[in-house]
Amino acid sequence: MTDILTIAGKEYNSRLIIGTGKYKDFEETKLAVEASGAEIVTVAVRRVNISKPGERMLADYLDPKKYIFLPNTAGCFSGEDAIRTLRLAREAGGWNLVKLEVLGDQKTLYPNMPETVEAAKTLVNDGFQVMVYCNDDPIQAKILEDIGCCAIMPLGAPIGSGLGIQNPVGIRIIVENSKVPVLVDAGVGTASEAAQAMELGCDAVLMNTAIAEAKDPIRMARAMKNAVRAGRDAYLSGRMQKKLYADPSSPLAGLI
Amino acid sequence: MINVTINGDTHHLDSCLKLNELLLNFSIEISKVAVEYNNEIVPRSMFECINITDGDNLEIIHFIGGG
Repeated sequence: MTDILTIAGKEYNSRLIIGTGKYKDFEETKLAVEASGAEIVTVAVRRVNISKPGERMLADYLDPKKYIFLPNTAGCFSGEDAIRTLRLAREAGGWNLVKLEVLGDQKTLYPNMPETVEAAKTLVNDGFQVMVYCNDDPIQAKILEDIGCCAIMPLGAPIGSGLGIQNPVGIRIIVENSKVPVLVDAGVGTASEAAQAMELGCDAVLMNTAIAEAKDPIRMARAMKNAVRAGRDAYLSGRMQKKLYADPSSPLAGLI
Repeated sequence: MINVTINGDTHHLDSCLKLNELLLNFSIEISKVAVEYNNEIVPRSMFECINITDGDNLEIIHFIGGG
């Protein structure tokens, strides 16, 4: 049974996108990505360390022809910095699909929404396909969709917190209002929370720390793959109604 | 001798080079980086047309692990 995720006109089989930060080494990154089944991986854009020529790079372990590298703007606290970073990323990679995040505060890493909205406008006008990190506010999400962002990515909880989905109602309303894919980006800590995001009707989940900071990241990557599939299937199946009282599963007729 | 700022640090270079030669001197794989030359992004195809001169400011970036 096929269940294809389409983002900006491109089709994917996996509904799990994972970050490539915080791993012990590149080998572990590679194994976790393989175990997760992810087809898109997020990457950061940083200065080359020119004092260490020939140093191994991420692209030596993850083939950019096999995986979609989704450049992010992590660490950018202004729209201007984010735009500059993504223009460089487009030049380095040669593609237009990017993740925009403009952070508002060092302690919470919550998005600065006015800066995010302005940066999204500029990037969309400049031909970028923008997947946008945002807060869990349905109104802001709609504004971003109307600008032309190709995916809306509300946070489940603060980046790297592992607190799980704090505002399921907000996420659900965003899902119901959106015509573009909605992804929970940030906050997922364990498999049940990834499944919950999918059961809310999200099109995919994006995570990094939940896998990278697990004691066994490769096993957790596999757990997340399975959780996203389970949650997606449960969502599509249409769950049973909740009832106040018991309803026996075995027929009452023919009792001795 | 010329002084060039690369990724925020000052470097002393013996002679004027083309941008592609400078990258080669630092063992940087051209296909994996992007370069901002005096605050303007330079398309890779133009690297060999840029003459590095005294006082130039370069930013050389690549992809690393990130969430």
